[in-house]
Amino acid sequence: MSRERLSGWGRTAWTVADLVRSTDPNTIRSTIATSGERGVIARGLGRSYGAAAQNAGGHVIELTSEHDPMGADAVLDPVSGLLDVASSVSIDSILRLCVPRGWFIPVTPGTRFVTIGGAIASDVHGKNHHFDGSFGQHVRSLTLMLASGEVVELSPQSHPEWFWATVGGMGLTGIILRATVAMLPIQSSRVRVETERLANFDAVCDAMSSDGEDSAYRYSVCWVDLLATGSSMGRGVLTRGDHAAPTDVKGDDPLAYDPRLKVSAPGWVPNGLLNKFTIKAFNEAWFRKAPAKRHVGIESIPAFFHPLDGVNKWNRLYGPQGFLQYQFIVPLDRTDVLRRVIENFSEAGVASFLAVLKRMGPQNLAPLSFPTEGWTLTLDMAAGISGLPELLSRVDGMVLDAGGRHYLAKDSHVAPSAVRRGYPRFDEWMTTRDEMDPHGVWRSDLARRLGLVHPGRVS
Amino acid sequence: MKNGVGVAQNIVLFGGTSEIGIAILKKLVKPGVARVVLVSRNIDTAEVASDGLASQFPEVDFHHIRFDASDASSMENVVAAVSEEIGDIDVAVIAQGLLNEGNDYYANPSGLVEMANVNFTGTMALMYSLASRLKAQGYGKIVLLSSVAGERVRKGNPAYGATKAGIDGFALALDHELVGSGASVLVVRPGFVTTKMTLGMKKAPFSTDAESVAVAVERGIAADKKVVWVPGLLRWLFLILKNVPLPIWRRLPL
Repeated sequence: MSRERLSGWGRTAWTVADLVRSTDPNTIRSTIATSGERGVIARGLGRSYGAAAQNAGGHVIELTSEHDPMGADAVLDPVSGLLDVASSVSIDSILRLCVPRGWFIPVTPGTRFVTIGGAIASDVHGKNHHFDGSFGQHVRSLTLMLASGEVVELSPQSHPEWFWATVGGMGLTGIILRATVAMLPIQSSRVRVETERLANFDAVCDAMSSDGEDSAYRYSVCWVDLLATGSSMGRGVLTRGDHAAPTDVKGDDPLAYDPRLKVSAPGWVPNGLLNKFTIKAFNEAWFRKAPAKRHVGIESIPAFFHPLDGVNKWNRLYGPQGFLQYQFIVPLDRTDVLRRVIENFSEAGVASFLAVLKRMGPQNLAPLSFPTEGWTLTLDMAAGISGLPELLSRVDGMVLDAGGRHYLAKDSHVAPSAVRRGYPRFDEWMTTRDEMDPHGVWRSDLARRLGLVHPGRVS
Repeated sequence: MKNGVGVAQNIVLFGGTSEIGIAILKKLVKPGVARVVLVSRNIDTAEVASDGLASQFPEVDFHHIRFDASDASSMENVVAAVSEEIGDIDVAVIAQGLLNEGNDYYANPSGLVEMANVNFTGTMALMYSLASRLKAQGYGKIVLLSSVAGERVRKGNPAYGATKAGIDGFALALDHELVGSGASVLVVRPGFVTTKMTLGMKKAPFSTDAESVAVAVERGIAADKKVVWVPGLLRWLFLILKNVPLPIWRRLPL
């Protein structure tokens, strides 16, 4: 155990905690037993942007394959496609194991460097949400260590309330030890991608609308240029596709998979390297790079699903000030709010390197799961921009007034009331949480800020 | 908790009637702040001081706690009372201080006891109490209002300068002790600040106002600085003044 300074992927709001690196149930149990009033939270690869996996003054248990004597402990049933996997294993390891055998992870976020524990606790989604739902829908069962040290097996059939409170529960119901995930059969390691340039925001919304052809594609996402103004405001590059057929792939082995890291971000970058001007130049190039007419291509899994993973530690690009991701969702008929949010950021001169729009499908049974039918917009921005707290608070209000909500795995600023307004089943989740952890052992900085746990530990 | 855009959720001001303290609060209170505690000798005066802020930010809970800044032995209880009221302390601003300009300590030496207790002994006890709490929290910032008067103590009000020299040195070393704990100290060294405390006094060169001090504090916290000077130029001026040989120093028209 060591005292360490931790932050999320956004590198803001650092706090110090006692860090225990272990996947051993006995070590975890004894850490819980010795923890004080500041409590315990699990941490995986630290990819959530805000303060979800840190716990100021308390204990943090880091569960990654690196600290597991079993390594990437995952067993694939080649017939059923069920993967029995330790929570510490990353999607990266799973893809290395499963893709060559013809199975793909059913849901992947924009990075493959997340653990299974984190994927369940955040109920992550990907480009296929409108088609396949979020991660929790593909989990057949999970093993959870409760605050009492007792280990329970949860499935949607056996303990639906506890299971769904844990899915999207931000680690506040217990520590996930194992899970069984239903994998997706694939015939090649490539993706057939259609790329299309869209001239403005209306064209983007039309192309992705639910009554159009968008629903026919398994994967669909649109990159949006938030710095374009006038008639090209909100122009974008839409990419949609599905796993390619073996005949689409050149070479002997259609399932060959080689996810190499390309480059690393430099160790130190000054604040402000990513600014309005550099991002504007990037956006212009990115838009021009996309073919003007609809174009069909074959891409690798890393290129299509995890483009940012090509740059190791890309989160350093914002400099020491750090950055935040702002991801929210509004109902399908509220594209007016999307537009106003974009205008607000644009008027304030906030440049976003990665703005992504996606239409989400229906919500699952988890009370704190983020995705619900509607439009989700994701933007990142430097944390040090002056006036940002006021701007975000204004935008938060627009989102909530429209019946929208914010993604907790990315949040680093919303007020406690935003969770209660955005998640109508919050009280129900809190009741289940209290039942699973009556003494309030699980706590994180996120939970403390948003009041996801009661202020004092109940003894 | 402090959030990702640097906003402290819970802020406490010691010396709740201090003009500089209130000016700092005005900068720090913004969307995301949930609770503010004003700790003061006189709650009624502190309430008047914070009224404007409270009406501007209706969603923020304002709390008031009474304390005697000269009573070092009470500081542990005061900090416990603050925690009881708001939970974790994200930023603690220490703005209490006595100047006692014009007191004739030759005639009444015991008159300096209260000032030394408020500016030095009481503040040290308060900072230890806060530091202990912040260490347990794993994060948090103490902002100490020091003064350039402590940089090189001069005639006129040597007792005041000495208390500031003492607390300034203490605060820097305390911050050093806190390295790795998540807690830290920001030492603020303003020059002559035009406030009610200095009303009627002859303005020193490079004087400043409460608003400028507040701006510097806000930036200092955001950049995680150890020391800020207000105005910034004083840093370089005092680098020289501190090293001026005594015979020359004594002849300077300061």
